[in-house]
Amino acid sequence: MHMADALISPAVGGTMWAVTAGLIGYCSKKVKDEMDDQKIPLMGVLGAFIFAAQMINFTIPVTGSSGHLGGGMILAVLLGPHIAFLTMASVLTVQSLFFADGGLLALGCNIFNLGFFPCFIAYPLIYKKIVRINTTLDKAEKNIIAGSLIAAILGLQMGAFAVVLETFFSGISELPFTTFLMLMLPIHLAIGIVEGLTTAAVVLFIWKARPEILNAASSSAPIGASSIRNVLIGISSAAVITGVALSWFASSNPDGLEWAMFKTAGIEELEAPEGVHSSLSKIQEKTAFLPDYGFKADESEKTAEIMPEQNESSWPAVDSGTSVSGVVGGFLTLTVAVGIGFIFKRRKTNE
Amino acid sequence: MSHHIVQANNLHYTYPDGTIGLSRINFKIHHGESVALVGSNGAGKSTLLLHLIGSLVSTKGDIRIGDYPLNKKNLKAVRRSAGMVFQDPDDQLFMPTVFDDVAFGPINLGLPEAEVEERVMEALDTVGISHLIRRSPHKLSGGEKRAVAIAAVIATMPDILIMDEPSSNLDPASRRRLINLLKTFTHTKIIATHDLDMALDLCERTIVLHRGEIVADGQTKELFLDEKLLAMSGLEKPLTMQGCLVCSQVKLS
Amino acid sequence: MANLQNNLLDIFYIDTLSSGGTWLHNLDPRAKVMTTLIFVGTVVSFGKYEIAMLIPFLIYPAVMLAWAELPVGYLVKKMVLLMPFAFFIGIFNPLMDREILVRISCVDVIESIGITKLIDIIGLLDIIGLKNGIGIIEISGGWISFLSIMMRFCLTVGAALILICTTGFDSVCLALQKFKVPGPFIVQLIFLYRYMFVLIDEASRMVRARQLRTFDARANMKFSMFAPMIGQLLLRTLDRAQRIHLAMCCRGFDGHIQMIRKTDFGIQETLFTAGWSFLFIIFRLYNIPVKLGEWITKFLL
Repeated sequence: MHMADALISPAVGGTMWAVTAGLIGYCSKKVKDEMDDQKIPLMGVLGAFIFAAQMINFTIPVTGSSGHLGGGMILAVLLGPHIAFLTMASVLTVQSLFFADGGLLALGCNIFNLGFFPCFIAYPLIYKKIVRINTTLDKAEKNIIAGSLIAAILGLQMGAFAVVLETFFSGISELPFTTFLMLMLPIHLAIGIVEGLTTAAVVLFIWKARPEILNAASSSAPIGASSIRNVLIGISSAAVITGVALSWFASSNPDGLEWAMFKTAGIEELEAPEGVHSSLSKIQEKTAFLPDYGFKADESEKTAEIMPEQNESSWPAVDSGTSVSGVVGGFLTLTVAVGIGFIFKRRKTNE
Repeated sequence: MSHHIVQANNLHYTYPDGTIGLSRINFKIHHGESVALVGSNGAGKSTLLLHLIGSLVSTKGDIRIGDYPLNKKNLKAVRRSAGMVFQDPDDQLFMPTVFDDVAFGPINLGLPEAEVEERVMEALDTVGISHLIRRSPHKLSGGEKRAVAIAAVIATMPDILIMDEPSSNLDPASRRRLINLLKTFTHTKIIATHDLDMALDLCERTIVLHRGEIVADGQTKELFLDEKLLAMSGLEKPLTMQGCLVCSQVKLS
Repeated sequence: MANLQNNLLDIFYIDTLSSGGTWLHNLDPRAKVMTTLIFVGTVVSFGKYEIAMLIPFLIYPAVMLAWAELPVGYLVKKMVLLMPFAFFIGIFNPLMDREILVRISCVDVIESIGITKLIDIIGLLDIIGLKNGIGIIEISGGWISFLSIMMRFCLTVGAALILICTTGFDSVCLALQKFKVPGPFIVQLIFLYRYMFVLIDEASRMVRARQLRTFDARANMKFSMFAPMIGQLLLRTLDRAQRIHLAMCCRGFDGHIQMIRKTDFGIQETLFTAGWSFLFIIFRLYNIPVKLGEWITKFLL
């Protein structure tokens, strides 16, 4: 579920960072304004609780695989959306640093996917609508189970959908949008059911042992429709602004496959070769190249079968000379980079 | 000096669920006195301590600390003059480093930075742990944690030290160090403990609690000789007052 | 259980590494946080087929590891354990994207390192048929972008790990505070980190106690047992929060947490940040490996 730095583009990562930063700022302000100071240690320790609880596994019946507690939903139930979002954000920040879950650039995406949807969408719009305080005991229990289950599932589905969208817009992974979606949603349906059940079980446990905690939580942080609207407006404007700014920046580079090709092959670096090098090129022309179109026809037939939407015009011009330089130079750079590290290390140990 | 008196007048406390926590508690502790609060599990020691720092509010009766009655209005002033060392140092050491933690109180007193640092160094010196200043609490041993917790409290320069089980979970050497350290303090001390030997070492006066009531209040040495009282309140004679196993001689105390 | 203990030990170990005494550890955390972000930003800014230009970036982790005297083996192992997600998403690329992007002829490589003439003299080249193009290696775009993903993964994850191992979490928080990250969030991070150790320890004690009485050390617990255990842990946590709050109030807490920390963003920090950033920009703008390769092949022939 965690997005990884390796799979996202700076535009997507940057946009999500901006959005998440906005949300953290907004929640911090909210928390500062209306929170009683008792919640400061409470949210800190509950963050640590989520962290520890996620490490306790149980066996999922039938499948035999193991599951654990999610986080966002239970925090929202216990603390209300704003504090829950901050707490979830802190958990993910620590995970990104210590367990490198995702990475630093992807942190914005991860906080958004795993924090925003459960806290600001699933909790107020689903859980709260289903679970009302003033019902009979018997009914309340059923409501808590239903509310947790549905809210957790939908929250995770939205998060998974966001992962697919972010991956798709980043364009690093080749997975087609629908394939990835068909992969992610069912997986997260299963995860959502587990999370929903664990959330329900823990909420019920607390509700039976210490009902006053839940009552306090649900009454202390009312989140009205206007509040949600504000958040959504804020988020979308932040996303649009950064998105536009970053894509403007990106488009000043020729984007797309050709540009990437250009870079990989390093064609722009190849200037008119002179002397020995040019004779080398001649040799290469003579020896190394198979008739280009032969391959081209052959290959594009193959790719046409797999990916009909790709046309032949995207076929790049391959320059073997630069590829060779790339390979040789690449290995050399690698050696130099690692070598420098070793030299520093050596010097350290000699000192 | 009427200043550092801790006084409880006919204190009653009933928990929300109806259990009686404290009843008919009366005592007066004078400036500089060291008082042990002993009793079996559930006798009401912790409940009483929570009253002294204003965390629980009595259902009947009142507490005076110094010249103030303890109420919401005076809470800050009272907490400034009475410092509490908690049973679990992990609850008390919440800041990232020892320095930050010890500085927490002085900063909240509004002291300027230089003075805060001075206070921190002084408190750490007093407890003898200046070398731990940059360490994180989660990397300290149990004894070190306790020492830091004490330093954190004395850095705010309270007149009254309230301690909940200060010698629990300590190895014998750390426990002895703690006792020697506390002996040097001139604060008024109220120590809730099961460690009767420590009580004997540190406190000239002892209050015995049983089921939320004071059953004895007097000279520590005398009370600890009263075997009937001890048995009734779920206690036993301190080891130092029991007969020696080797020479089977009763040590005169 | 093993999970809990290992995670705790892992965090503890990183925590210990981060309190090392090299000059890098003592550098103002802002310099390291900034440099790491710039590094990650430049690395991910390349197109998806980029490999060659990513290689020079390896110099950053290599040098940082050496400067900070960090255990390379441990960090590499940690990184490999983290790889699966990037790997499973990335591995689809070779399946989906089969267009040939790079064609390397062995002859060229052999020629470029200068032994062709020797081979040519003996006429070996004709014999093994390399000249007719048999020794040509073709790589599809999918494999290239997959390799690129894996390289990005190593670089970005490596940078994050190096940051935490040289800086420590509290100092990272301090840097964030100086970068004007909202106060409540900083306090939240500090509390989370402080009590993470306490709670993981508490959780592992509970799990151990259960295990010892089920006589089945390997199995995860059943859901019916899991829920009350987590609930119990949660109740204890809530109680603890209350005690902590009380302890804070006893020392004059009034809703604000302030810390006195001396920070100094001096010449060393400026040089560190500016130097690395400059290097990253150079790496981003110029294709160092290809340039180097051209130069070398030119030189050899």
